[in-house]
Amino acid sequence: MTAVVEQRMAEPVNESVTKGSLRIDDVVKIYDPDGAAVMAVDHCSIDIPAGEICMIVGPSGCGKTTLLNAIAGFHDITSGSIHMDGELLCGPGQMQAEPGSDRIVVFQNGALFPWKTNLDNIAFGPMMAGKLSKSEIYEKARTMMADAGLSGTENNYPGEISSGLRRRVEIVRALMNDPKVLLFDEPYRALDSLTKSVMHEALLEIYYRNKVTIFFITHDLEEAIFLGHRLIIMSSRPCKPKKIVEVDIPHPRDYSVLTSARFREIMSEAKGVVHEEAQKAFDAGEKEG
Amino acid sequence: MSLKKFADKIFSRAALRGIVAIVIFLIIWEIGARSEQLFGYRFPFLGLVPPPSDVLVSWAGLIGDPSYWQSWYMSFLRVFGGFIAAMLIGIPLGLFMAVNKTFYGMYFPTFEILRPIPPLAWVPASIIFWPTQELSIAFVTFLGAFYTIVINVLGGARSINKQFLQAAQSMGASQWDIFRRIVLPATLPSIVVGSAVGMGITWEVVVAAEMISGGGSSGGGAGGGLGFFIWSSYVGGSYEQIIVGMISIGIAGYLSSELLRQAGGLLTPWLKTR
Ligand SMILES: Nc1ncnc2c1ncn2[C@@H]1O[C@H](COP(=O)(O)OP(=O)(O)OP(=O)(O)O)[C@@H](O)[C@H]1O
Ligand SMILES: [Mg+2]
Repeated sequence: MTAVVEQRMAEPVNESVTKGSLRIDDVVKIYDPDGAAVMAVDHCSIDIPAGEICMIVGPSGCGKTTLLNAIAGFHDITSGSIHMDGELLCGPGQMQAEPGSDRIVVFQNGALFPWKTNLDNIAFGPMMAGKLSKSEIYEKARTMMADAGLSGTENNYPGEISSGLRRRVEIVRALMNDPKVLLFDEPYRALDSLTKSVMHEALLEIYYRNKVTIFFITHDLEEAIFLGHRLIIMSSRPCKPKKIVEVDIPHPRDYSVLTSARFREIMSEAKGVVHEEAQKAFDAGEKEG
Repeated sequence: MSLKKFADKIFSRAALRGIVAIVIFLIIWEIGARSEQLFGYRFPFLGLVPPPSDVLVSWAGLIGDPSYWQSWYMSFLRVFGGFIAAMLIGIPLGLFMAVNKTFYGMYFPTFEILRPIPPLAWVPASIIFWPTQELSIAFVTFLGAFYTIVINVLGGARSINKQFLQAAQSMGASQWDIFRRIVLPATLPSIVVGSAVGMGITWEVVVAAEMISGGGSSGGGAGGGLGFFIWSSYVGGSYEQIIVGMISIGIAGYLSSELLRQAGGLLTPWLKTR
């Protein structure tokens, strides 16, 4: 594992990626505007350069998933706009983005198809796209699985492997679509901390090998700082960026980063803001309940 | 390998327990049925029932009788006829109601009003509607499985994890692909469950319908099916044969369910690990 990382050391990760920049501009999302009118996203603007790992941190229920779903095209926005590589995804004239294989979501609870084997799950996207022949697709799928340490699980169903491996299969399935942006919605929430740390390194390794932009939602500050170039700390609902924390620890990173002095500094800086917002969200919940 | 051995062991133990339980049950039944001869006192309930040994003798006599097997054949024919018709109509209907809101709004209320009517309440109407008795029995049998299958398919298809659909959509699946590759397989477990329950109801209904209608077009006798077999045994006063008929239905129902379980297992291999 380290060998691969060292080999990639020379490549500047950030600059080699030219596609997948996101511009979220003044986005507002109000659910059920005629009735309860729940404002989930409030005039939110975020600029994400191509190739960045952008970590979205915010209290429970603040509207993070809502923002992610708007980028993916699973629902519309109320106002504002989102561009990818300068092209309009959604905004005036088309309030809901068209879902597409350039933006693939890795869901909070996982969405591997339980009735397909891992290999068939991974081949699904390219099979739908129909650009490659079946044998090419399956060959690529097997190679990608081997690279991700998934050899031997090709013919298993997702229900037959551990949750950590399932997450990996899902990420490989996403990558098979050659996405420009990977949208992660707390994919590691349900994992224990040991599995999590392995998954983090595996994810970084995959990231170093694939040129993608990553939009990653999490509750976990340690995860956010370890993975991200930048943390966007969101306010309690309705969500808008409250503070942006640059993580100036150079990539590629491995787990030794966690014990570095710089890591701890960034941690304490971020913790204060996050705690404040969590408290606000908690108080708001108390009032509503 | 060792896991398989372990499974075999448990299985054989379970099978052994089952056999022991049945043997004990038969002994108690035999003693109870012969209580008057044995103790000069007739046990309640059991004392009125013919003993299993007599039932066995009566059964042995029937094994070589083609009309007994004809009863099996007729009941199976009706059960599977009605059941397959219910699947052929019920599965597409349930799926269509799940994916088409307009159709759902139009049809579901009617469906919900008709559903609580027990299939047997349809017997007289069905005898009037259908030209032959055979068709009216088949229709009532069909109803038995139909509602259960539709409700299960509908419920299964409507409760599909939304994220499966979103993931497929993101990966470029067309509407047809989504139906065929996501909605259909995601609903399969519910189809299997609905069919298994429907099959059970079908046997209940067919037996009762055979009793009520007097055994179908042939006017009873060999064409009557197992329900009529029981009924005519009752009328003829052969209590051993009533019990032979009852056990036959039990076995027939078990065989049908097992067949469905096997088919269901083949159709949903991913559920085996749970
Ligand atoms: N379809 C909907 N209709 C109405 N309100 C909704 C809907 N979806 C989400 N909400 C509300 O919008 C707010 C934001 O929800 P969202 O799922 O985006 O939060 P989140 O930050 O992802 O939360 P979590 O950390 O718990 O995943 C919540 O108050 C939620 O109740
Ligand atoms: Mg969420």
